[in-house]
Amino acid sequence: MPTDFLPIAVLIALATVLAFLVVLIGHLFGPRRPTATKLEPYESGMRPYGPGQRRMPVHFYLVAMLFILFDVEIVFLLPWAVVLRQLRLFALIEMVVFIAVLLVGFVYAWKKGALEWE
Amino acid sequence: MTLVQILFLLFGLVTLLASLMVVTSPKLVHAAFWLILALAGVAALFILLEATFLAVVQVVVYIGAIAILIIFAVMLTRRVMHDTGPQVNRSWWVALLVSLVLFGGLVLMLAQVPALAGTPAPLMVDQETLLEDLGRALVDADRYVLPFELASVLLMASMIGAIFVARPPSGSEERSGER
Amino acid sequence: MIPLSWYLILAAAIFCIGVYGVLARRNAVAILMSIELMLNAVNINLVAFWRYMSPGVISGQAFAVMVFAVAASEAAVGLALIISIYRRRFTVAAEEIDMLKW
Repeated sequence: MPTDFLPIAVLIALATVLAFLVVLIGHLFGPRRPTATKLEPYESGMRPYGPGQRRMPVHFYLVAMLFILFDVEIVFLLPWAVVLRQLRLFALIEMVVFIAVLLVGFVYAWKKGALEWE
Repeated sequence: MTLVQILFLLFGLVTLLASLMVVTSPKLVHAAFWLILALAGVAALFILLEATFLAVVQVVVYIGAIAILIIFAVMLTRRVMHDTGPQVNRSWWVALLVSLVLFGGLVLMLAQVPALAGTPAPLMVDQETLLEDLGRALVDADRYVLPFELASVLLMASMIGAIFVARPPSGSEERSGER
Repeated sequence: MIPLSWYLILAAAIFCIGVYGVLARRNAVAILMSIELMLNAVNINLVAFWRYMSPGVISGQAFAVMVFAVAASEAAVGLALIISIYRRRFTVAAEEIDMLKW
């Protein structure tokens, strides 16, 4: 029932209110006396150089992509696992085939070094 | 107007506004964050539709994985859209016209179907039974076992394809991070 | 309770916003985001029809799960293509990617 999700809704509402409230209170009551030194990115005297937005290595993308695909695998695994005890051997074989096919992709990722991090 | 209707209008409005911001926001990272809000709104609609498993899947797969992947892709292709002018192409007004005409046509079509005004009977089964039924349907030879196995082939193919395409050429400077 | 037509009109609106995004945005990543919006609109339709028309048959939810799988694959491969094109051409603007071979 949707009413089961009331605690989550309350939590989301509280978190949103709190996030805005904290920023707002800091904004209202905090003293602001900016000087040129204070506004630098690193106040401790480090000189920032180069562009602020640098490109990330592509490994982040590869890891996130592998995570996505195994995440979807979980979506298929979970409903199957709930009824595993009532199903016969056929269902188990189907899931073994499912995972074996995905394992081919996993082995490829492994061999190609997508899982290695410098 | 009941409480459920007010909730639907609230979530629907949030989803709609967030989707509008996704396609109009000039900064790509902001568009990705608006996309997360839109996806969360869709998850809330799934809860209103009593498809709780799909709501959880929406949060885990869409918000937890796909949105993060999109943000990573934005960060990997940075420094591009700062200097190349507007975010929409020259014929954006044609696109606007097409989508408005499509929306008008869909609404006109929906208005002619009288069966859509009805409200549903309360759901007789609980969520555990639904999830078990989904699990049985996915491995049942008479129902969805073929799409189920094809999904694994699709995931495998996309995994291999994405690794092959996105992997930096060996020895390139990108392995050290900065181009 | 909520009439089914409300869900369908909302899904149609989100789908049309996605259509506008696909046709009008220049950035290829933004186009992919618009495609995700369209897939979500389809999912709303599937689940709404499941709930209102045939809550006893799980087909609507099974279809929606398949859409999740397709969306994940599409995002993974599409973004990989965009990253690969960016690496070679230094652009992610859709109209500048106009050659089959580079």
